[in-house]
Amino acid sequence: MNGLRLEGAGLVHPNGHRALKNVSLALGSGERVAVIGPSGAGKTTLVRVLGTSLRPSEGRLFIDDDDPWRLGAGALRRTRARIGVVHQSPPIPPRLRVVTAVLAGRLGSWPGWKALASLVVPSDAGGARAALDRLDLGDRVFDRCDRLSGGQLQRVGIARVLYQRPAFILADEPVSALDPSLADLSVGALVAESEATRGATLVASLHAVDLALKWFPRLIGMRAGEIVFDRPTAAVTTTMLHELYATEGRALPRQGVEPIDDAVRAANVVVLKRPGCQ
Amino acid sequence: MAPLPVPLRDPAARRRATAALVALLLLWPLLVLAEFKPWQLFAGGNLQVMASFLAGFLPPATAPDFLALLWKATLETLAIATAGIALAFVVAVPLAAMATRALAVSRIGPGPGRATGAAIRTATRALLTVLRAIPEVVWALVFVRALGLGPGAGVLALAVTYGGMLGKVYTEILESGDTRSARALLEAGSPRLGALFYALVPSTAQELASYTVYRWECAVRASVVMGFVGAGGLGQLMDQSMKMLNGGEASTILLTFLALVIVADALSAVIRRVLA
Repeated sequence: MNGLRLEGAGLVHPNGHRALKNVSLALGSGERVAVIGPSGAGKTTLVRVLGTSLRPSEGRLFIDDDDPWRLGAGALRRTRARIGVVHQSPPIPPRLRVVTAVLAGRLGSWPGWKALASLVVPSDAGGARAALDRLDLGDRVFDRCDRLSGGQLQRVGIARVLYQRPAFILADEPVSALDPSLADLSVGALVAESEATRGATLVASLHAVDLALKWFPRLIGMRAGEIVFDRPTAAVTTTMLHELYATEGRALPRQGVEPIDDAVRAANVVVLKRPGCQ
Repeated sequence: MAPLPVPLRDPAARRRATAALVALLLLWPLLVLAEFKPWQLFAGGNLQVMASFLAGFLPPATAPDFLALLWKATLETLAIATAGIALAFVVAVPLAAMATRALAVSRIGPGPGRATGAAIRTATRALLTVLRAIPEVVWALVFVRALGLGPGAGVLALAVTYGGMLGKVYTEILESGDTRSARALLEAGSPRLGALFYALVPSTAQELASYTVYRWECAVRASVVMGFVGAGGLGQLMDQSMKMLNGGEASTILLTFLALVIVADALSAVIRRVLA
């Protein structure tokens, strides 16, 4: 099966903290899944395990039927070049220009001479600009990253992954620093990338339940390192959501795109029937 | 909220106090061993001896033919230091990239080849240690025998020792910055070279540049000592002046050093501003 698959994956951090417990899931290529759950549920760890930056201490990960941790160094590097990760706090040096930060997305596929030459004269400023335009940030392409706000930098991190054009997009709280409308725009851009012809698999951990409901046809609820539910969004009831967040007080965390009630939930099912979605 | 029953105690306080005490206890025998007795400076007549020695340095020599020699020697010293640092840089950069943990792909996971990776890093660090453990003046003595008297030996000596020093400090600077950005690139399949130039160098450029300029300044001073063993430049001139007991010439040479250090300082400030 093409896509990402976890079989009984568990992860214990070196300090003894258990972050994942017996997680099994399969994501087909082109599938879009949101991972939701209270903070500390293991969402970030799950994304990092899927992105081969953490090695599961139990169970196995398969990427297109290969266990990346049994590959040689070269094959692992080529596999990683097909994975794009949007980090919650973008790991971009402040002195870098936006254009360079975005172009860095393709370092995994560029030959070394091209990477070095692009530091002197950006080799594909147009491509970087196009990626930034999709996030309403095209006018900042030649600015330095330390001139940007936290939200703008977060969108540069998303633009880098869009420019990378990976087969798997893993987003860890990709819009935590954005206001509601920009968050909506940015998640929309990631979804559009996944819906495009090549069909990238998209896994996004989201704190905002409303965004997850609006954009993703499948939801995985996590709590204390375990999967609580994994089902089509239309089959997730408001009660299930409230139970998932029971420890965080009464209100469901949301970005403020739309209120979460059953009427909107019904509307979301309509949204999900747009062409290109199943 | 009720007040806490016991006053809050800093758990680190005792450890810090112990560390300070141990440092003092270790320092004391070292001072004794080093015959550190500063009060002897002021004991009968010592001040006078020093004063008359220093008085021999005044006034600085300004004879035109000496100044011409000084000018030529200064240029030679600058050439030795600059060429030496440039070669040292060429030695240091690849070694630092090999030795730094910030670019260790196999540490992610950990993945395949981690034993090999760790072995290569340890071997590179060992090589850097050997390069810088032998003082440049010793290398200069060796190279003077091979290349004859003159600046060439000084350049090679600097390249070896300073290559080791730059490599070690570059390795550590690259690890001390924000290494998350490099790791993110490595996790997206970037080769090490890409992670070095798109993540590590941009986040540490100022520190790297300022340390390199500082080493250049040290190289200017080191070229003096090497001049004493025949490796050319201001040092050789200084050696001749001292042997002829010409204090005035020596003090002019020392003033030249002062000027060079000031220039290095200004250069460092400019580079840091450009890279800021």
